[in-house]
Amino acid sequence: MSAVDVAVGVPEADAGHHGPWALALRRLLRNRTAMGSVVVLAVIVITAAAAPYYAKHIAQVDPFESNVTGTTTVDGKTVPVIQPNPSGLGSTPIGPTLERHYFLGADSQGRDVMARLLYGGRTSLEVSIAAALLTSLIATLLGLAAGFFGGWVDAVISRFLDILWAFPVYLLAIALSTVLLLQGVKIGPVSVDPASLWLPIIIIGGVYVPYVARPVRGEAFSIRHREYMEAAIAVGAKDRQLILAEMLPNVLPVVLVLLPLMIATNIVTEAALSYLSIGVQAPNASWGTIVEDGQNLLYTRPWVSVAPGVLIAITVLALNVLGDGVRDALDPRGSLRIRRRTRRMS
Amino acid sequence: MSAFVIRRLMSMLLVLFAISVLVFVIFFAIPGIDPSRQMAGRNPTPETIKAIKHEFGLDKPLPVQYVLVMKHLLVTRDLQSYSNRGVEVVPQILRATPVTFSLIIGAAVIWVFWSVVIGVAAALLRGTFWDPLLMSLALIGIAMPVFWVGEVANLFTQDRWHDTFLFSWVPPLGYTPFTEDPVMWFKHLVIPWITLALLYIGLYARILRSAMVEAEGQDFVRTARSKGISEQRVLGRHMLRVSMITFVSLFGLDFGALAAGGALLTEVVFGLPGVGRLTYRSLAGLDLPVIMATVLYGAFFIVIANALVDILYARLDPRIREPVTA
Repeated sequence: MSAVDVAVGVPEADAGHHGPWALALRRLLRNRTAMGSVVVLAVIVITAAAAPYYAKHIAQVDPFESNVTGTTTVDGKTVPVIQPNPSGLGSTPIGPTLERHYFLGADSQGRDVMARLLYGGRTSLEVSIAAALLTSLIATLLGLAAGFFGGWVDAVISRFLDILWAFPVYLLAIALSTVLLLQGVKIGPVSVDPASLWLPIIIIGGVYVPYVARPVRGEAFSIRHREYMEAAIAVGAKDRQLILAEMLPNVLPVVLVLLPLMIATNIVTEAALSYLSIGVQAPNASWGTIVEDGQNLLYTRPWVSVAPGVLIAITVLALNVLGDGVRDALDPRGSLRIRRRTRRMS
Repeated sequence: MSAFVIRRLMSMLLVLFAISVLVFVIFFAIPGIDPSRQMAGRNPTPETIKAIKHEFGLDKPLPVQYVLVMKHLLVTRDLQSYSNRGVEVVPQILRATPVTFSLIIGAAVIWVFWSVVIGVAAALLRGTFWDPLLMSLALIGIAMPVFWVGEVANLFTQDRWHDTFLFSWVPPLGYTPFTEDPVMWFKHLVIPWITLALLYIGLYARILRSAMVEAEGQDFVRTARSKGISEQRVLGRHMLRVSMITFVSLFGLDFGALAAGGALLTEVVFGLPGVGRLTYRSLAGLDLPVIMATVLYGAFFIVIANALVDILYARLDPRIREPVTA
């Protein structure tokens, strides 16, 4: 809330000296809560990016190689990574050692949970961010086209979006994932392997398009007949110039405000699909697949499942707070027509 | 009014048709994918694939295939699972429906009650530290993945604290029908209800708070206050009432989505044999006929429910009956 007060307090005379983008950035930088979330996100992104370094130099294991018969050192003593149960039935992976090897223990295949968490975070972030960018790109193109050309172009695009909108997101995602997982995609020269990360990216990016395209279309529609558009037409601007130079910068705030929220929703969606085993596929690991891996160990080694969930919650929380900050910065008067909520699985 | 109803039903039929085409395209007509191979599950025999080709007329043109698929799904309702030979799909879905409803109705009661309490409290306590505190808690509720909350709940209620007085009453994961043993039904469902409700309490408390704050700035509230109406009455009869409009319409959509199998993560974590878990079990075997049926029935349910909600709304609020332009 403080951000709104700050934003209102900015002397609007400043607007003459700085562009709207610089002004928005200044508002965002002054928002302490939002900046706090940026710090949290930066820490998460940096540690996830450092996954290979951690695996190689600190944990000194390959987090994708099972190590059922291996040993590690705890308090100077050598112990097996997978220990037979005292009862003689089955076996239990080692718990958190809080040492450099197996800091958070091992999973049922003797792999280092901490190293996998970092790699998982990398995958989760890559998939979520790439999917959000894909959604933004498609939604902006569709929204601009519908808003600019109007008429039958708008009618076709809007009806298409309406139908996708009526279709529950999770059912669409499940249908697409199951169909594509078996054989991958081959459309002309483009072929996507079933185990590729592109599959969840395309599916998650695709199902959320209507949620962004609709507000973009609304905004594009409302600026179609503004005076600056008519002025540009009067001086002989071409369609392409009108769209790129006049409309695009004016609908971009809508996309930017939604971007952190899109990434947050995507992280949860990716985790849910991976938990249902139809998201990220082995050998890749994501936070969602690690929660699923740990499910059978829940009562003996709860950290395998609990840790990735904590990271998902922290990341999503930080992205939501950042999203509020970005909205307050770009749209202090609440004039953009944005429907903030996106449906998700539960 | 009747013009509105007809218009709304026509558009509903159109959307239903479009969705059935979309489902058909996803399952049968994505280029480069062999649908008979898809329908047959993980390790099909050549005979199964041949039978599927015949059943859905896969050598015939696409429109014929579409009609055949819809016939199996909607008219004769004899679509069979190939991974799980001979099990008819549609009756299976109908059997799972009461479980799903047991889960989501209980969760809805909890989430409506607590989100109204928290949302109204936060709006009233604006300016104190309670407002940001409650809203942060709501945000945390939104940020936690439901299946993970369920796992943590299981960890404590089934294992770590199960032998303490707190959770010794919690039965093992599973489900007992209400008609068989209402007490057991309740015990099985309490933890799932709370788990599922957490996310929605967070969402709805935030929505209600911002609607209340928005209502506070409006003329009719100022008028009510200036007339000397008691603050309680302004709050209950004016602010809360107008804020509930958004709340109720979103509730309709979310409840519909949950009824159509949207609660699948909760059902999976707690081993509740509802529609969502049916979908989940067919995911493991990539049992596409079951998935196709749950997807189509789920989407149909939501579209029809939305149309009914809209018609009900138009009865209550005449402004909605006008055709929307641009």
